[in-house]
Amino acid sequence: MATLAITAEREHYLNKEYGIRSWLLTTDHKRIALLYLISITFFFFVGGFFALLIRLELLTPAGDLVQADTYNKLFSMHGQVMIFFFLIPSIPAVLGNFLVPLMIGAKDLAFPRINLLSWYLYMIAGVIYVHCIVTGGVDTGWTFYTPFSTAFSNTRVIEAGIAIFIAGFSSILTGLNFVVTIHRMRAPGMTWSRLPLFIWAHYATSIIQLLGTPVLAITLLLVVFERAFNLGIFDPTRGGDPLLFQHLFWFYSHPAVYIMILPAMAVESEVVACFARKRIFGYNFVAMSSIAIAVFGFLVWAHHMFVAGISLYAALIFSILSYLVAVPSAIKVFNWTATMYKSSISFTTPMLYAFGFIGLFTMGGLTGLFLAALGIDVHVHDTYFIIAHFHYIMVGGAVMGYLGGLHFWWPKISGRMYPEGWGRLAALLVFVGFNLTFFPQFILGYMGMPRRYWQYPPEFQVLNVLSTAGSTILAVGYVLPMVYFLWSMRYGKIAEDNPWGAAGLEWKTSSPPPTFNFDEAPEVTWEAYNYEEIAAPAEVQVER
Amino acid sequence: MFDNFPLWPVRASSEAGNVDALYIFLVALSGFMCLAIFTMILVFATKYRRRRGIEAEQIEGSSALEITWSIIPLGIFMVIFAWGAVIYFHERTPPRGASEVYVVAKQWMWKLQHQEGQREINELHVPVGRDVKLIMTSQDVIHSFYVPAFRIKQDVLPGRYTTAWFRATKPGVYHLFCSQYCGTMHSGMIGQVTVMELAQYEAWLSGGGTSGSLAASGESIFQQLGCPTCHRSDAQGRGPNLVGIFGKPVQLEDGRTVVADENYIRESILSPSAKIVSGFKPIMPVFQGLVGEEQLTALVAYVKSLSPAPSGAADGPSLAPAGTRSQDPKE
Repeated sequence: MATLAITAEREHYLNKEYGIRSWLLTTDHKRIALLYLISITFFFFVGGFFALLIRLELLTPAGDLVQADTYNKLFSMHGQVMIFFFLIPSIPAVLGNFLVPLMIGAKDLAFPRINLLSWYLYMIAGVIYVHCIVTGGVDTGWTFYTPFSTAFSNTRVIEAGIAIFIAGFSSILTGLNFVVTIHRMRAPGMTWSRLPLFIWAHYATSIIQLLGTPVLAITLLLVVFERAFNLGIFDPTRGGDPLLFQHLFWFYSHPAVYIMILPAMAVESEVVACFARKRIFGYNFVAMSSIAIAVFGFLVWAHHMFVAGISLYAALIFSILSYLVAVPSAIKVFNWTATMYKSSISFTTPMLYAFGFIGLFTMGGLTGLFLAALGIDVHVHDTYFIIAHFHYIMVGGAVMGYLGGLHFWWPKISGRMYPEGWGRLAALLVFVGFNLTFFPQFILGYMGMPRRYWQYPPEFQVLNVLSTAGSTILAVGYVLPMVYFLWSMRYGKIAEDNPWGAAGLEWKTSSPPPTFNFDEAPEVTWEAYNYEEIAAPAEVQVER
Repeated sequence: MFDNFPLWPVRASSEAGNVDALYIFLVALSGFMCLAIFTMILVFATKYRRRRGIEAEQIEGSSALEITWSIIPLGIFMVIFAWGAVIYFHERTPPRGASEVYVVAKQWMWKLQHQEGQREINELHVPVGRDVKLIMTSQDVIHSFYVPAFRIKQDVLPGRYTTAWFRATKPGVYHLFCSQYCGTMHSGMIGQVTVMELAQYEAWLSGGGTSGSLAASGESIFQQLGCPTCHRSDAQGRGPNLVGIFGKPVQLEDGRTVVADENYIRESILSPSAKIVSGFKPIMPVFQGLVGEEQLTALVAYVKSLSPAPSGAADGPSLAPAGTRSQDPKE
C-alpha cells in the first residue's frame, strides 16, 4: 500500500509496538480502549443474537421455535449481556477511556495499571459469563428477583451472579480512574468551566459507578450466598423479605440507567456542537443537569416497585421524585435543539446519529412520564410498554450515542476515515429499524401484553410481526458499521488530524495520537467549543 | 364508543376509564412535545444547513429561557403526578363492604376461592357492578395478578397478603395474566375473568356443589388445630379473644399498636411470637409449615367472620350450611 509508507514515518500509539504482548500488557489508555472495543463488540453481537432469537420466537403466538426454558434463558441472558457486558462499559470504557485524557490534555489516566486491571476484571467476568452461557445459561431475567433466583431457578444463577459481581469491580475502577483523572490531571488552563461537556457527563457517570455499583455487588453476593449456603435473607418462611432484594437491586439498577445514558448525552453534546459549528447553548445548564441527574437518580429506585407491594405513601414520594429527575433530561434536549438555532449544520453520519438520538431519547423520556404516573404504571408495569420505553432510552439513546461517537472519533482512533455514504445508510437503517421494532411494543403494552411471555394470545400477533420485521432491519444496520469500520482500517482514506474542524484538545494532536497523546504539553487559553475561531472544513468528505 | 378501539383493551371496570383518560392526555401531550421539538429540529436543519460564506452565530445561552423551560415542564409534571396519584389512591383503597375473593398463586396456576366457598382454578366469575376485593398470596415465587380490561395489577408475594380491588362494569370474558416472571411456564399462567349479570352470577354461584363457605371451612380447621382451647370468646382464655378484633387496633406487649388486618392475623398464626398482644404470654406454638396457604386463607376468613361486617358484606358463619360444625366454638 502506498499509504502505508506515509503513515510509517510517524510513530503513534498503534505502530509504536507490535505483537500480542504489547497489547495485553499495555498501560496506554488508547490501547486499553481498543481492547474494550473488541471485547464489548463481541458481547454486543452475542446479546444481539439472543435478541433476534427472541423476536423470531415471538413471530407466532405459539411457543414453537424454542422451548419455554430456552426462551426464558434467552431474554435473561440478552438483558444481562447487553447491560453488564455491553452498555455499561460501552461509551465510558471505549470512548471515555480513549478521550478523557486527550480532552483534558493529560498523558494518560491517573492510574494506567488500574485501567488495565479494569479490563482484565471485565474479561475474567466475561469468560465466566460465557462459560455460564455455554454450560446451560441462566433464566432469572436480568433482574435476579428473589425468591425465584434464590430458591426456585434450576439454572446457573451463582455463576452468572459471580460474573456480574466481578464485572462490577471493573466498572468501579474505571469510575475511580476517571474521577481522579478529571480532578488531578487537567492541563494548565483547563478549568472546570472550560471542560468539554463530554467530561462533565463522564464525571457524573463515574460518581454513580463509584457509589452505586458496590450496592449491586453486595446484593448479588447475598443472592449467591443465599443460594449456596441456604441463608434466609430473602426467604419469607424464615423471616426474610423478597422485597428487600428489589429495593437493593433497584438502588443500583435505576442509577445504572444513567450510567448508560449520561455518556451518550456526553457524545451528543460534542457532536451537535461540532456539526452545528456552535458552542452548546446553555453550557452551564447542560453541565449541571448531568450532576443533577446523577444525584436525583439515586432517589427514584422504588418507581420500579409501584405494584410490588410497597406502601401507598412510599409510592407517592417515589412518583414525585421521578418527575423531578425528568427535568434535567428535558433541559438537555431543549439546549441541544436551541444549539441548532442560527447554526451551520452539516449532515454527516455522526450528526445523523445525533438527530436520531434526540428523537428517540425524547420519545423514551416522554413515555417515562407515563410510567412515573402511578395510575398508569399499574396498568403498563411489566408489559411491553416498559420494554419499549427502556429500549428507546437504552438502544435509541445509549446505542445511538455510542455509534455516533464511534463514527465521530473513528478518524482519531484509527487514523482512517470510514466510508461516509455507507455510514449514512447504516444510520438510516438503524433509525428506521429501531422504530419499527420498538414503536409497536408501546401499543402492545397498553393493550396488555405482559413481558417475558414465550407464547401469547393471538390478538397480539400483528404488532409482534411488525416488531420482528423491524429487528431484522436493525440487525443489518448494526452489522454494516462493523464491516466498514474493519474495511476502513486498511482501505479507508487517511484521516487528517482534525477532519471535522472540531474544537477540543483531542483534535489538536495527530491522528492517531502518539503514545503520550501530545508532542508538547498543551496549555488551554480558550473556552470549550470556540467554534468561531475554527474554520469549518471546506466540504465534508463524501466517499462513494 | 371507543370501547373496542384497538389501541387499548376493552374497558370493563370502574377505573378503566380514568386510567385511559390520563393515558390519552399523556399521549396528546407527548405528541405535541414531539411535534414541537421535531419541527424545530427540522426547520433549523433546513434553514441553517451549511452554506458557503454563512457562519454560525455564537450564542452563549439564556438563563431566562433555561428557567422557563425548567419551570413549565415541572408544573406540567406536577399535574400529571397529582392526576396519576389520585387514580392510584383510588385503586389501592378497596371500598368498605367489598365481597372478598382469596387468591393463592403457585407455579403456574391461579387458585381462587369465593367467600361463599366456590373454588376456581385459572378462572374467576364475578357479577357486574359489585366491588370485589382480592386478597392474594403466593405459595412459591412472586407472581402478579393482571387483568388488562380492568387496568389493575398487583404483585402476589409469598409470605404476605397483598390486595387489589375492582368493580366490573361490563359483562364479558377477559384475560387474566401473570405479569411477574415466575419461571418456565410464566406465559402459561393465564386465565380468564368472566363478568356476568347478577342473575346469571347467582345461578352460577348456586350451581356446582361446595363444601360450605370459606369461613365455615376455616372454622373447621380452627377446631381441628385445637385453637378454641386458648382462643375463647370470654376473657378467660390463655390467648386473646378473637371476636370482633378484625380491623381494630391491637395493643402489643412492647407498647406498639397494630391494626388487626389480614397480614397481622396471618403472621400471628405462622409466627405467633412476632407481635404479642399486651397481657398475654408467647405460649402459642408456631404454625409455619403446618398449615398451607389455602388453609391459612380459610382461617383468616374465619377470624374475619367473627367481627361484624362493616356493611352488606356476606357474613361467613351465618351463611355456613349446617353440618360442618354445629356450634360456634365461642359460645
